[in-house]
Amino acid sequence: MNEFWIILTGILAAASCGAVGCFLVLRKMAMIGDAISHSVLPGIVIAFLISGSRDSLPMLLGASVLGLVTVFLIQLFHQQGVQSDASIGVVFTALFSAGVVLVSLYTRQIDLDLDCVLYGEIAYAAWDTLTVGGVDIGPKSVWALGIALILNLTLIGIFYKQFKLCAFDPALAAALGIPVALFHYMLMGLVSVTTVASFESVGAILVVGMLVVPAATAYLLTERLGLMILYSMGIGSLSAVLGYIAASLLDASIAGAMISVAGLLFILAFLFSPLQGYVWKKLRQRSKAVQPV
Amino acid sequence: MNGFFELLQDPNVRSILLGCMLLGLSSGVLGSFAYLRKQSLMGDALSHAALPGICIAFMLTGVKSVGIFLIGAALAGLIATFGIGWITRHSKIKQDAALGIVLSVFFGFGIVLLTRIQHSGSGNQSGLDKFLFGQAAALNRDDVRVMAVVSAILIAVCILLFKEFKLLSFDPGFARGMGMPVGLLDQLMMLLLVVAVVVGIQAVGVVLMSALLITPAVSARYWTERLGVMTALSGLFGALSGLAGTWISTAGGNLPTGPLSVLAATVWFLLSVLFAPGRGAAAKLLLRRSARRELASAQTRAVIAASPASSGAQTMGKGEQQA
Repeated sequence: MNEFWIILTGILAAASCGAVGCFLVLRKMAMIGDAISHSVLPGIVIAFLISGSRDSLPMLLGASVLGLVTVFLIQLFHQQGVQSDASIGVVFTALFSAGVVLVSLYTRQIDLDLDCVLYGEIAYAAWDTLTVGGVDIGPKSVWALGIALILNLTLIGIFYKQFKLCAFDPALAAALGIPVALFHYMLMGLVSVTTVASFESVGAILVVGMLVVPAATAYLLTERLGLMILYSMGIGSLSAVLGYIAASLLDASIAGAMISVAGLLFILAFLFSPLQGYVWKKLRQRSKAVQPV
Repeated sequence: MNGFFELLQDPNVRSILLGCMLLGLSSGVLGSFAYLRKQSLMGDALSHAALPGICIAFMLTGVKSVGIFLIGAALAGLIATFGIGWITRHSKIKQDAALGIVLSVFFGFGIVLLTRIQHSGSGNQSGLDKFLFGQAAALNRDDVRVMAVVSAILIAVCILLFKEFKLLSFDPGFARGMGMPVGLLDQLMMLLLVVAVVVGIQAVGVVLMSALLITPAVSARYWTERLGVMTALSGLFGALSGLAGTWISTAGGNLPTGPLSVLAATVWFLLSVLFAPGRGAAAKLLLRRSARRELASAQTRAVIAASPASSGAQTMGKGEQQA
């Protein structure tokens, strides 16, 4: 039963990250996912200090607020003339250090394992169950991730057209009267919620892998946005399952193995994708070089 | 201030201080080139990518030695830069996603190796852990000696190749036209970055190393328009952040040095954004206000000169001012 819960947690995390990750890759904001996943740390610590418990809800709130603050600050400094990548780097490292300092300031009073926040420990997810009215209804992380996934899919489903237009042509979207900034912040909000919900399973640093790698793999396989989202979720889930198997064979970190498998799938797509594959391109070049005369 | 000098009597504190300042200095200098070449986040990717290199180096040799770790990390970093370049050149994936992919896959693979090492029980895991998060407090005199030599080499290379790096940062196309080996210089700069990151990881850890490469350089950019001055300022800011971090950390209880240095650098960055002459927010605001006033008075004067009825002209001037 534990195995089932662990794999389900992995699949849910991969699917919800995969869905929002597509938009990050398309909008060239992959590193913002990285930034958010690091900078939610102080949000989690502050929520923990205020609420005094390790309940998921206050942490989720604190982290989501910090995620939006991160995006806002990045935008602000960018408008002040800092290059966008440097602005990302300044903001997330500063917030992350603030988080680490907070953890070490209050490390005696709180029981928050920094390693666990950063690397995640999906193996423990199965034991931390939620009971409602005395009935055990499954692990907390499954519920958190399930809600995050449903939220992602619902919002993306309702505003699919708007998100699509904002991803490919923000200028046209603005001209058509779509509130681009609102959708930007909505997407960022979804990224923060997904990141935080995935914490317990894949950890802060590996969330970025789940956000970017399956989405980039899907990007190589198709040219249609709808299919890309589906492929991305599927590839993420596949790497979660294969990663779990690999991890139990090797007796190693599950989250790490999932990302490694996702990386392998990316390399396969990079080499052999029917549309973009490196190998096919090279073969085509060679046959073209031979044929003429 | 007295307390600070008393602290300096302690040889441990002295080596930590020296190490952090050297680190800030060399990463500040290199960071200013990275910033101008829009590769600020490269340091982030490289520092994450170093993990599997360190783990493999440990697995192969079984010894926990800084020198061997550095070689492993440098090799992994070089493979990572090649990987990023390869992905962006041969597919439609952009630089940011390529960075994200390489960073997370290398790091994930590194975590797999790390847990393998821990579970097999052969390694004293604490050593490797410290390498990740960094521990300035654990710097000893030998480490500082290594850091001093490496920083000196890095800065010397930057000074010797200043003209080439300058051209490469601003106009790589022109540099190629001049017959410079652009590809080689590009790789050399990456190599310098890898070396700086690898040396720094030990003191401040993976995540915060990228801050030392980015933040001082961005701050320095606010104070000057000249590359030479910017590079020097960036190094200075980096060194001062190291100093401030060590000072607060040794004076105020049990706080980690690395994050404090980064926070010090960030405070300086905020001050630069707000108050730097010319480019800062305050200066821009003042400039805009004085320009608007000048424009309004010029308009008023023009209107007064054009029409004999001066009272009507003034209201018109006000109207335009509001518009």
